Amino acid sequence: MAAVLALTAVGLSLVFGVMRVVNVAHGEFFMLGAVAAWFVTAFTPGPPVVGFVAALVLCPLLVGGVAALADRLVLKRLNYDPEATIVATIGLLYILQQAALSLYGPDARPVPAPFEWRIQLPWFGYSGYKLFVVAAACVILLAVWLFMTRSRAGLVMRATQIDRDTARAFGINVDRVYAGVFALGAGLAAIAAVLIVPIQQAHYLMGHDPLLLSFIVVIIGGLGSVRGTLVAALLIGLSDGVISVFYTPTLAKILATLFVALVLVFRPQGLFGAKQ
Amino acid sequence: MTTKLIGTSPNRRSVLTGMAAGGLLASGALPRFAQAQSSAPIKLGFQLHRTGIGASYGRWYERTAQAALKLLNEGGGINGRPVEIIFEDDGTDPRRGAEVVEKLASQAGVDAIFGPLFSHVVIGSAPRAGELKVPYLVCSEGYHVASGMLNRWTLQPGITDVRAQVSSMAPWVMNNLGKKVTMVFPDYAFGYDHRDFFTAAVEAQGGQVVAQLAIPPTETSFTRYLPQIPAETEVLYHVMVGPAVLTFVKELGEFYGTGPRPEIFGFIDSLEAVNIASPGLEFLEGTHFWEGHCRTQQADASEFEIAYRAAVGVDADGASVSDAKDVATYAHMFSTWETLFILKAGMEAAGYQGPADRQKLVEAIEAMTAMPASMAHPQGDKMFNGKTHQVFGHQNISKVEGGKLLRVHKTTLEDSMYEDAVDYTTMSF
Amino acid sequence: MKSLALHLAVIALLFALQFVLPPYHHTNIARVMVLAVFAMGYNIAFGYTGLLSLGHALFFGAGLYAAGLMANGGWTGLATLPAGLLAGGLVALAVGMLALRTAGVSFMIVTLMFAQAGYLTILYFGPVTGGDEGFVLPAAARNLAGFDLATETPRYTLGLALFAVALLANLALVRSPLGRVMVAMRENEERSRMLGYNPFTVKLTALVISGLYAGVAGAGYALMFGYVGASFAAIQYSILPMLWVLLGGAGTVLGPFIGALLMFYLIDLSSSVTTAHQMVVGVALLALVLFAPKGLLGTLRERGLKWLP
Repeated sequence: MAAVLALTAVGLSLVFGVMRVVNVAHGEFFMLGAVAAWFVTAFTPGPPVVGFVAALVLCPLLVGGVAALADRLVLKRLNYDPEATIVATIGLLYILQQAALSLYGPDARPVPAPFEWRIQLPWFGYSGYKLFVVAAACVILLAVWLFMTRSRAGLVMRATQIDRDTARAFGINVDRVYAGVFALGAGLAAIAAVLIVPIQQAHYLMGHDPLLLSFIVVIIGGLGSVRGTLVAALLIGLSDGVISVFYTPTLAKILATLFVALVLVFRPQGLFGAKQ
Repeated sequence: MTTKLIGTSPNRRSVLTGMAAGGLLASGALPRFAQAQSSAPIKLGFQLHRTGIGASYGRWYERTAQAALKLLNEGGGINGRPVEIIFEDDGTDPRRGAEVVEKLASQAGVDAIFGPLFSHVVIGSAPRAGELKVPYLVCSEGYHVASGMLNRWTLQPGITDVRAQVSSMAPWVMNNLGKKVTMVFPDYAFGYDHRDFFTAAVEAQGGQVVAQLAIPPTETSFTRYLPQIPAETEVLYHVMVGPAVLTFVKELGEFYGTGPRPEIFGFIDSLEAVNIASPGLEFLEGTHFWEGHCRTQQADASEFEIAYRAAVGVDADGASVSDAKDVATYAHMFSTWETLFILKAGMEAAGYQGPADRQKLVEAIEAMTAMPASMAHPQGDKMFNGKTHQVFGHQNISKVEGGKLLRVHKTTLEDSMYEDAVDYTTMSF
Repeated sequence: MKSLALHLAVIALLFALQFVLPPYHHTNIARVMVLAVFAMGYNIAFGYTGLLSLGHALFFGAGLYAAGLMANGGWTGLATLPAGLLAGGLVALAVGMLALRTAGVSFMIVTLMFAQAGYLTILYFGPVTGGDEGFVLPAAARNLAGFDLATETPRYTLGLALFAVALLANLALVRSPLGRVMVAMRENEERSRMLGYNPFTVKLTALVISGLYAGVAGAGYALMFGYVGASFAAIQYSILPMLWVLLGGAGTVLGPFIGALLMFYLIDLSSSVTTAHQMVVGVALLALVLFAPKGLLGTLRERGLKWLP
């Protein structure tokens, strides 16, 4: 699911690009979004669409709130020291995982899709909801891109990314920007999760794979480059699929993994990253 | 699916608050134990998948073991002594598994250890159990015990292994569903056991495996594998484990939709702890599943089965009596119950006094053969092979009808047996 | 001198401990010592040279499987232990040749990808490696020069021996000219290049030494505990040494051991107290990092113990 991967990865890319923080707990924000979506849909009366829309609005806010809180209580006090934040976000990962396990339980639980629509081709069927996810992800990515390039808040974020101290000198409240970016990044992961749960079920360990994948996508795409992140998400999604036509699936994974590694080795700045 | 047994029974409560029970018993609250020579409790260790990938199973294994423990103590414990179980989380990780065996045996001083399900935890922990010379009774259904990979202290008396499961059911699948099979299985050891033994059994029956789709363990979406299923397939055989299984089954449903599809035969592992009436699973109607123990209470359920269900707190649909959405890992969890009662039978036969008699306990279990259906064996009668340390039980094939799993075939004990690959009784302790 | 005395004292203390420890902790310390060797290796790359790798599980796994597969072929510890050492070093050399063309986060991701490919390769060759289930070492192979490593005292002794050699070698390394260049590379690569050092060679050397540590730790682990499985080559075992090093203090010789020990007992003790033990571990990590952002020894060094290597 390249579209959802792109959403999660853009969230990580923002945090990473602006704050220079390796957020190991990013996958857990994704998981938290999915679990929250389950709670919201399970306790919202009416047809699945209502619950789904409610989840799409509430979950990112909730997860963003948790992230902002974590930023204020912990990361800020560490002065965003790269090494200390790795330990801190690993700690956060443990806490979020345990909270999900204790409050939500160990089972994978399905969330009803907002609509059931299957495209029946002569030889096999395809879920219409998946197409909706792709469309929705594109819309949100476009919105993020507009936000970053056209709005004042986006400008402030980009300024902070380029030079934290100068930004501060110009009267930008860097602390608030960081909290906002951290929350926005987590919120994007949560939106991705809400979109994916009707396909993939909420589970307390589900944050693991999106974390690794989105890290890879971010680096391959080039830091802070939304366009690069998108291309990389597609590339990784496809390389896996194309190779698996020729080889057994596990061998395909090995080859795809090595391929991505080699791309980085010979183009360390990523596909669209500026040369330093 | 409607649930008729909503409400909290006293049993269920005591299962959930069961952690306190051990303490209560130890303080001598039950006077019946006084007659024994030593009234000190027998301590058993339970290696529990409380966190990690096996947590869904772990939670129900703990509940089942607690319920069995309660019944055991109400009936006078073991040799007249009360029993307590110490549960320790292994995180479903082989390294921690070995550490937990160590902790239970050396620090808590337990008399025996039981309970783990996941094969890599069992294989990672068994060497340590052998070195510490503590009986290690696994509930794992892997073929690693009977294959001779492990040691004299490791036994599997509570659940039939995969090899026996698949080979006993292959004839029925061939005769009733079709002879051209496509297998979908996880691309690691658990899947290979299915691949190798089922393929062999199919060929022995004159059938043919037309395709084998091994799915890598890191996969979260399966859509692109499904077109690889050959059109000539008559039976689709699926066995998947882990949190992504529901996705797999749903995508299978999307793939076939309302169009023509082959017969589908799956292992209930794909849907343990999942409500079969979940949205997206409607297409499972009319498909078949292997079940170690029937999730839906059958019309001919034995009295033991009904009492077992009530004691653990599971309703007739296989969900928790207090929460119909909380579906049990019913097909596997009976193994912890039965293993506890085998420990009781073994300790009583061996005249077990304390850790010095651990070897006698292993020998007593090795001497076991037929195990008749009873409260100690609610899943049904079994035959234990002391040489291979493996038990053989009946397997069930169920068909989904109206959202319920109704049994259509039950294998005999003989169906599942194969020649011994090892004789543990000749090994030293 | 003061630091040499301190490290010798730690080794002596660990030697003495084996006579008083209850059986459970006896094995635990043996385990922590061999894992600490792994962490020390990680520290050489990360703490001293500044190479943030997420692929060390590959080096540990190389040692583990080299020893395990040779044990299946009938070799004993005298052959398998050096083989594990070499395997770790060779794999590190191969990975380093490619991955060191990158730096920073790219290096992190490339090593992660190589390790992931290694992990999948182990699964792919399931018939030989046992895949995810792994396999148990034959009893006869768990033997080092006549000592049965399945018994308590030889196991502890091997753990201690590996730890002691690794620790003293680490100490010697950081005091050597090479060690200083490594630190210089971490602090300012440009400047050390201008002083005439080749960053690539220095980093590669550090990574290979790091791989040797990880490899011998893997082989030692296989021999001491008798099990080889793919879970030891999974991403988790790349993150764990990083966590141990950061907890104990990156760039300190004793830090990795302290971190591994701390993390082990944090999990062990909290799981006896509560079923929600991950919560305790998480909160403890946050508290630790707030209180000691440079790790325990790193913070101690900042607050007075300047001589700590």
